[in-house]
Amino acid sequence: MATTGASLIGEGVCVGRSAFAGGVHPPGYKESTAGSAVQWAPVPARLVVPLSQHLGAPCAALVEKGDRVERGQLIGDVDAMVSAPIHSPVAGVVAEVGTTLTAGGQRVAAVVIEPDEVQDLDSFVAVPETGDDKARIRAAGIVGMGGATFPSTVKLSPPKGMTIETVILNGCECEPFLTCDHRLMLEEPDRVVAGAEKIREIIGARRVVIALEDNKPDAAAALRAIATGAVEVVELPTRYPQGAEKQLIYALLKKEVPHGKLPAATGALVHNVATAVAMVDALERGKPLTERIVTVTGAVARPGNYRVLIGTLVSDLIEYAGGFVGDVERVISGGPMTGMALGSLDVPITKGSSGIVALPRGVAAPAISDDQPCIRCGRCPDSCPMGLEPYILATFSGKRMWDAAAERHVIDCIECGVCSYVCPTNRPLLQLIRVGKSAAMSKGVK
Amino acid sequence: MSEEITAPARTVGPSPHITSKTTCTGIMLWVVAALAPSAIWAIISMGLVAVQLFAVSIVVALGTEWAWNAIARKPQTLRDGSALVTGLLLAMSLPPRTPWWMVAIGAFIAIALGKLIFGGLGHNLFNPALVGRAFVTLSWGGVLAGVQNRGWFATLADFSAEGFDTISGATRLGIAASDRAASGAYGFDLAAQYQPLLLKNLEGSLGEISAALLILGGLVLIIKGIIDWRIPAGYIGTMGLISWAFGSDPVFHVLAGGVMLGAFFMATDYVSSPMSKKGRLVYGVGCGLFNALGRFVGPMPESTTFAILFMNGLAPLIDRMTRPRVFGVVKTDEERA
Repeated sequence: MATTGASLIGEGVCVGRSAFAGGVHPPGYKESTAGSAVQWAPVPARLVVPLSQHLGAPCAALVEKGDRVERGQLIGDVDAMVSAPIHSPVAGVVAEVGTTLTAGGQRVAAVVIEPDEVQDLDSFVAVPETGDDKARIRAAGIVGMGGATFPSTVKLSPPKGMTIETVILNGCECEPFLTCDHRLMLEEPDRVVAGAEKIREIIGARRVVIALEDNKPDAAAALRAIATGAVEVVELPTRYPQGAEKQLIYALLKKEVPHGKLPAATGALVHNVATAVAMVDALERGKPLTERIVTVTGAVARPGNYRVLIGTLVSDLIEYAGGFVGDVERVISGGPMTGMALGSLDVPITKGSSGIVALPRGVAAPAISDDQPCIRCGRCPDSCPMGLEPYILATFSGKRMWDAAAERHVIDCIECGVCSYVCPTNRPLLQLIRVGKSAAMSKGVK
Repeated sequence: MSEEITAPARTVGPSPHITSKTTCTGIMLWVVAALAPSAIWAIISMGLVAVQLFAVSIVVALGTEWAWNAIARKPQTLRDGSALVTGLLLAMSLPPRTPWWMVAIGAFIAIALGKLIFGGLGHNLFNPALVGRAFVTLSWGGVLAGVQNRGWFATLADFSAEGFDTISGATRLGIAASDRAASGAYGFDLAAQYQPLLLKNLEGSLGEISAALLILGGLVLIIKGIIDWRIPAGYIGTMGLISWAFGSDPVFHVLAGGVMLGAFFMATDYVSSPMSKKGRLVYGVGCGLFNALGRFVGPMPESTTFAILFMNGLAPLIDRMTRPRVFGVVKTDEERA
């Protein structure tokens, strides 16, 4: 399925084995956690559960200060199509309904819960068994757990007139450092396969493909041992950004998502593997989404994959992982290519938090400066997975030439960061392109 | 928000948070390393004159850039390595007996008029080293031909008691051109020249010392992902093809003269070559085309410099015509405009 060419040469910028155009092969940094089995992180002294952990309408709090809540109890909801309800991850008492900073730097409403001393994490308040599968998936508060946090129910309802032929479960985990999806596929392949089959059934697709990169052969073998029927397991040559929706669809189906259209236009629907498992939990056990696997790694004493209650503060998690080691320059929520640098560690883990990465000095990119020239080396257009010309988009954006940037498809940028990554003079390419992209979007460019 | 920043020593910034280890300086040093075998072999074979040529060219190139920045009160840019590469390449493109002051002026022009006047690295339209070489060639063509066309052995003879009128050792390329012009046939066996051209050739410029070492250096740069194979492949392929079409020996013509230095090290200059893959192939083919036409149709057997400079000028146009296709976009005519 993948096109194979010469073996990876140099930094893999221009040439290399690849199933999609462009991309890079950054060092994986996955060794320190790839072998560490998922284990529960402790219940912290207080949980800060944001009421907006998804793309779409924020939830309104359904509890007040002093209320007693049970694990799995609905504590926030809103009557909107694009949204996902919030549940209490623990049994305890509501200490406060206030606000919190999120990893992204926004201030959102949050419910602060003080957990009981004794917790039974195996029991929970099940979501009501009313409605169809999609309704129960919504009721369980399931969102895309790969980081995009798009409410899953919406994705399970393709627009009229579009048929989904292929469901793709995204287990690529192409971001360096992260291993949470790897461990999930390795340790619970049965649930991943069940999730694959479940989504296929709901959407009425013909086939379902679990896609992962060939740097996780153990997970692939575990899945293959179980996969039957319509479930296929495909290993793709490791290359960032394989896990990006458009690149993954192309890698598997050799179909390009048309400009301005939904991925469904190619007959494909992509869900993250962790999302699929959460759906199985919701449908089979009525379990709401109240915890997730988080890779805590980089310059911490005990890097590992932890099952973390939603609302656990990053600072608590890092403390549990043994604290920082050495000179930490940036702490990232998510992966280092697309994640967000944390200004404060007192932000909660949410449904989309795949990892907490402490980047040591020397690994973290140097501070942004615009004083280095473009030497026209051609690395950014060569490696842009969208076929854009980042060097010129960045120049147009820097000079506020919004129309020129829009004419060169700035809007198609998926913000994977490959251009900034490969730039030998460390020009802030993506950073400038984002400015041009948002300007084009605000002018209504489609 | 400031009250919540727990660790002010850490930095925040937008993604991506990691970067590749490739730097501008690193790239330039790889180019120097790839040229080093040829340069060292030239010094071993030719001795002090080669050392003098390299030293003058590099020192003046670095000095010009340093002084320019100092006078303009700009940050020093010598560390990017590009002036070093320009100085080295200019020296490689000149005959060993070029008078030192001519080399110095060439290096000054290369850096000042070839690069800095446009705004420095990244902004120059033309390959700086070739700008310097073109200036020297056009200003003192006669002098240069005098030291070049007699070849290295002839210049050695300058120091001998016999004087230099007795030796008329034009370069193989020059002889081939005059033979062709005179009779349409060659007075010597072109195939017998492969070995000296590949391994040890003391005619022409310093960089013509060994085509094999230049190819080796070029392949290293291709394998390291520093230069794109499309430029040398398009260049050398076209050069060979046209030589064959003109009824000449294609292997001789790609090995002789400045083709190898031009194809692997001059035409591949990032700043003055196109950005798109397709564009780089077109550009390489264009370099080969004009180099061959200059050699077979024009007055100059040594047309590498002007072929590449001409294509440098076309590079922005080539880029405009060979924009990559955006993922998911089917090109329509108005988008192509």
